[in-house]
Amino acid sequence: MMKKIEEDNKSVKPPNRIAKSKSKSHKKLQRVQIKLQDPKIRITNFEEVSLGLTEEMVEYETQRCLQCENPLCVPGCPVNIKIPQFIKLLEEKKYIKALYKIKTDNLLPAICGRVCPQEIQCEQACILNKLGKPIAIGYLERFIADWERKNNLKECPECAVPKGIKVAVIGAGPAGLACAGELAMRGYDATIFEAFHTGGGVLSYGIPEFRLPKEIIKSEIETLEMLNVKLEYNIIIGKTLTIEDLKEMGFKAFFIGVGAGLPIFVKVPGLSLNGVLTANEFLTRSNLMKAFKFPDYDTPIKIGKIVTVIGGGNVALDSARTALRLNAEKVIVVYRRSEAEMPARREEYHHALEEGVIFQFLTNPVKFIGDENDDLKQMEVIKMELGEPDESGRRRPIPIENSNFLIKTDMIILGIGTRANPILTKSIPDLKLSKWGYIETDKNCQTNIEEIFAGGDIVTGAATVISAMGAGKRAARGIDKYLQRKYLKMN
Amino acid sequence: MPYEILEKKELGHSGAIYEMVLHTPLIAKKTHAGNFVLLRINETGERIPLSIADYNREKGTITVVIQVVGKSTKLLCNQNVGDQILDVVGPLGNKIHIKKYEYPIVIIGGGIGIAPCFPQAKELKEAGNEIITILGARSKDLLIWKEKMETMSDQLIITTDDGSKGMKGVVTDPLKKIIQERKISLVIAIGPLIMMKYVALTTNGTGDLPKVKTFVSLNTIMVDGTGMCGSCRFSTIEGDIQFACVDGPDVDGHIVDFDNLLKRASRFLDQEKESFECYDAECRALEQLKKEVE
Repeated sequence: MMKKIEEDNKSVKPPNRIAKSKSKSHKKLQRVQIKLQDPKIRITNFEEVSLGLTEEMVEYETQRCLQCENPLCVPGCPVNIKIPQFIKLLEEKKYIKALYKIKTDNLLPAICGRVCPQEIQCEQACILNKLGKPIAIGYLERFIADWERKNNLKECPECAVPKGIKVAVIGAGPAGLACAGELAMRGYDATIFEAFHTGGGVLSYGIPEFRLPKEIIKSEIETLEMLNVKLEYNIIIGKTLTIEDLKEMGFKAFFIGVGAGLPIFVKVPGLSLNGVLTANEFLTRSNLMKAFKFPDYDTPIKIGKIVTVIGGGNVALDSARTALRLNAEKVIVVYRRSEAEMPARREEYHHALEEGVIFQFLTNPVKFIGDENDDLKQMEVIKMELGEPDESGRRRPIPIENSNFLIKTDMIILGIGTRANPILTKSIPDLKLSKWGYIETDKNCQTNIEEIFAGGDIVTGAATVISAMGAGKRAARGIDKYLQRKYLKMN
Repeated sequence: MPYEILEKKELGHSGAIYEMVLHTPLIAKKTHAGNFVLLRINETGERIPLSIADYNREKGTITVVIQVVGKSTKLLCNQNVGDQILDVVGPLGNKIHIKKYEYPIVIIGGGIGIAPCFPQAKELKEAGNEIITILGARSKDLLIWKEKMETMSDQLIITTDDGSKGMKGVVTDPLKKIIQERKISLVIAIGPLIMMKYVALTTNGTGDLPKVKTFVSLNTIMVDGTGMCGSCRFSTIEGDIQFACVDGPDVDGHIVDFDNLLKRASRFLDQEKESFECYDAECRALEQLKKEVE
């Protein structure tokens, strides 16, 4: 992907204003520095690490934007936010207009401004990379969304005239929220069915408060409710209600955005020892059930003295940093490849390092070892080296024989990935699935059953929040097309 | 959607066991024997897994039976008719397989595990099976739903640890006798882990007794109940991992590594104690305050 964008850069004629920018002072190539909570302090609380930009910082950063005529950042964004335009409006301090500009393409800017991997999307495409540092697009998006919330505003784009057609969206995660928002804007009567007692999906159960305060998810969902999107909680489609029930209730089309929620276990002995748990369990207890506030909240969480996290993605780092905040004495991330292959966001990796998380690269677990009470005591690991690239394009880790050693640990958190949850798909026997249980769709997110669409992790396997949102929006367009043809006799 | 408590009744004479009827029309409509719900009492509550002990599709209700063992169960038992439960989700887990078996079925309920035996006995009875029921409790004050189970049983045996009702002893005593004397198609055991462990050991065919297919119902520690977190997982004797929430809750008792599961079940004991003590102190302080006001 990186390579592709570089090639694209070459093929695009550099915008005229590049020349002008060279005459600007060198300082203009320096990217704004966001304020962070001091690492020593932040590991004692669950408040947000990043404190956001001030108006002065926004003024500085927006002036750096070259306002390219053929912006590269826009195609770099999975939902194609009109980035230069909103930055221009920000520069002119037309904040409400800037908000409208973003929200026509993305109804959840406060979330995306925080958790999108801008460094491999819009910001990676920014032409300023050639001269210095890219525009901090994510920080700017976050600033304007936070400004809206701080001023108790709720700006929504105009919706189309109601069409009186009911669409069911299954799952209130990023894909479902984006799909429902887009459907509402297109005049459909959208209802989201959610299994948990609150919306957000992985944003709520997976991402910790210090990276994405839950207040923000609540507020973004309120925006959707203003667009007349309805939310039904505590309903598991496939258990509480089926697609057939929903059809009887008058729903004409369906979007499945149930994510990839099942944990993957490493295949080593000792998985049932006390102290071994999945990142899903650890993070759901802490984030969704607020176990970090135990005993004010009833859900317990038990933290080891020496916590080992297996994996190198954002989930692994979120677990590691949560464990630190819950008073683990030492937190070690064990990853089988090297630093360069880690899928976690660079920013999060640096934050974890600042906070004192220890990284043990090129290491893989072999065995979890407990005592007579089945309490975890240590982990046997083996050293790895990198071989030839595998299907993912990353160099394959290969165990080095006889390099085994022991790590003393009383808690292991498995953050090595997730797979499809079959609860819903099992209840729709005719739905076409891949051999791994993911739903197969065409480019409009339509499945082999014409009224059923799907998107997000249940189609692609675990990916990013914004790619799920992109799929949700695409599916809404696909649903619109399908319903127009079928019920509104339009082509 | 509110989930109202429509009925509440104390069971036994211990002051710690209650039956509650909840208004959950969507769940009632889909419930079968074997299913459970997850329930969160209030905003700060945890998700408590509770077996569905009875259901009425017409009235849109499910019945749960709760014994006070910690803070959440005490808080739930302190709720009254007309109060609303914040979240109830379900029906979760697999329903049991209902068919006509060749020989009788022995259903064993221990403690409040007797309650979820009821829908299983009922559906299996309705399918034409002969049901032999064994109910076990520590003492007669803790024995519940005897009359209800009687209506679904061709034969009913009671055991108590102290002999205050029925036979003095444990449920495996009559079980041994039954499987020795006659052919049995299936044993279903629901109750404390330790009871289910010994039932499974009795029927696994390793001793002098014949092997009998045995289902146990695992009520392990859960969070989401949909296969996401793995908190409820148990190890098989072969070392494979299964989830009580989506692979169960009723599973083949002969494959469960009960010794490991017993250790896993106590992993939050310290926190559970802390939570209970905080709540207890809070309750007592409130009562004190009430008295002072009066």
